[in-house]
Amino acid sequence: MLHNKRLTLLCGHYGTGKTNVAVNLALALKARGEAVTVADLDIVNPYFRTMDSADAFEHAGIRLICSRFANSNVDIPSLPPDLYAITDDRETRMVLDIGGDDSGATVLGRLAPAILAEDSFEMWMVVNQYRPLTRDVPSTLEVMGEIAAAAGLPFTGVVNNSNLGAETTADHVLATVEYAEAVAKAAGVPLVMTTVDRRLAAELEGKVPNLFPLTLQDNKPF
Amino acid sequence: MADKVLMKGNEAIAEAAICAGCRHYFGYPITPQTEIAAYMAKKMPKIGGCFLQAESEVAAINMVYGVAATGKRVMTSSSSPGISLKAEGLSYMAGADLPALIVNVQRGGPGLGGIQPSQSDYFQATRGGGHGDYRMLVLAPASVQEMASLTVKGFDLADKYRMTAMILADGTMGQMMEPVSLDFPEAEKVEKPWATTGTDMAREHNIVNSLFLQPDELERVNFERYERYAYIEANETMYEEYLMEDAEICVAAFGIASRVAKNAINEARKQGIKVGMIRPITLWPFPVAPFAAAADKVKSFISVELSMGQMIEDIKLATSCKKPVTLCNRAGGIIPSPEQVLEAIQKAAKNGGAE
Repeated sequence: MLHNKRLTLLCGHYGTGKTNVAVNLALALKARGEAVTVADLDIVNPYFRTMDSADAFEHAGIRLICSRFANSNVDIPSLPPDLYAITDDRETRMVLDIGGDDSGATVLGRLAPAILAEDSFEMWMVVNQYRPLTRDVPSTLEVMGEIAAAAGLPFTGVVNNSNLGAETTADHVLATVEYAEAVAKAAGVPLVMTTVDRRLAAELEGKVPNLFPLTLQDNKPF
Repeated sequence: MADKVLMKGNEAIAEAAICAGCRHYFGYPITPQTEIAAYMAKKMPKIGGCFLQAESEVAAINMVYGVAATGKRVMTSSSSPGISLKAEGLSYMAGADLPALIVNVQRGGPGLGGIQPSQSDYFQATRGGGHGDYRMLVLAPASVQEMASLTVKGFDLADKYRMTAMILADGTMGQMMEPVSLDFPEAEKVEKPWATTGTDMAREHNIVNSLFLQPDELERVNFERYERYAYIEANETMYEEYLMEDAEICVAAFGIASRVAKNAINEARKQGIKVGMIRPITLWPFPVAPFAAAADKVKSFISVELSMGQMIEDIKLATSCKKPVTLCNRAGGIIPSPEQVLEAIQKAAKNGGAE
């Protein structure tokens, strides 16, 4: 799961949980002793972003590349000033959190030539079968195709992040593996991992291949 | 597979509207409600519906007026500044007795303000927003599930009473994700003999209009309309009571504020403070009765709001100012913390109700 390519690009339909996966992946890489940078390239959604984990990243010694207007009232699609560090600074592992759908993936267009030239990347489609517009294989493949076209990059794997938020049970996750495998097979790429809330991981041990437990942020006041 | 899906509040509104039989959406994008339009843009063409991004909010609301006049279920959505732009159309729809669903996912104001959540359009929503004597049904969801269920309810009530219904949410409600069941009962079929559907030369033509050439006729329809409003006030009020049985302090909060307040109340209860909450679900009609009843039991009220204090005025009216009502608030797009609300509760408990 923790491959050795320098760049990990996380894309998907909006609301599939790319940010949660990005945060946990970065922390896992860091725990392995690698230099890690997270780039929050969401130009679509001004809310609930990797920026929310800024403190955790600072604590872990992970660099965050992020629009300086994230979480403010500046309601414009803006990119970070240090955008090109993503492709230029090759001393660090890079986890890219890309905004939702093809409109979010257009941001990769300008980086695609350098990413392809370096040839050390994984681009993963994060899927959640419980999201209403990606409940089956055809609709998920449609979104996947739109994203790849906008990004100018090919997908290399699928991440199954299927969950029902706070109501998720182990059975909910288990029930989605077949869907995720079918998506991966149809797209001609491997199912890289199935994620699960760390608190449910024990129940799924041995039942789900490539299980990746997530530590979820739970500090909302409501 | 579970029968639930994981949705943003905005998506839940859009999907619930489709479930309720809405096939016409007119809007103009504005944060933080744009997912409603995005969802409609994706889905409406697939089910034979109409999604149209108008050239402005003013255009969108007048398109809503047009479709409503034909008797079809129709909606628009916006956020605070956009609702101000729609206010003229809302008044015209009230004057023409047209049903429609209006969604306001509020952000901080006044003016362009900001994009973070707010509840400072309470006055605008509950007092109509536009000019003239009229009311809108105002529904305040406090979960993504309620974003969906109140959307369906809003369409039903709008049709039943021939008036606009507003979902008054906020940026957090629109953006947050929760599991939702979209299993709604079939919508009630409401006959609309007034709709402009073509006469087939078989009946007198219907006229949908808000202009009255004779003042006495305009007066008559105003009085008739207010008889209908009085009936709604008596029959359609919705609210939730939480731990009110033995409460000595009553917290009042709707929408996102009620969720924060609930956390604070649970904490205060652990400390032995007898505190409960009345959560209005309809903001108009305002749940006067439970507040009036509480005023005879509790020592004081605390209104928790994401505004400079708007609902607090309705609480004072509902309770005839029998007990002190204090405000616990944040403004400008900031959500009060449970700690802030707990502090307000502790202070009220210490003061025994005195301000």
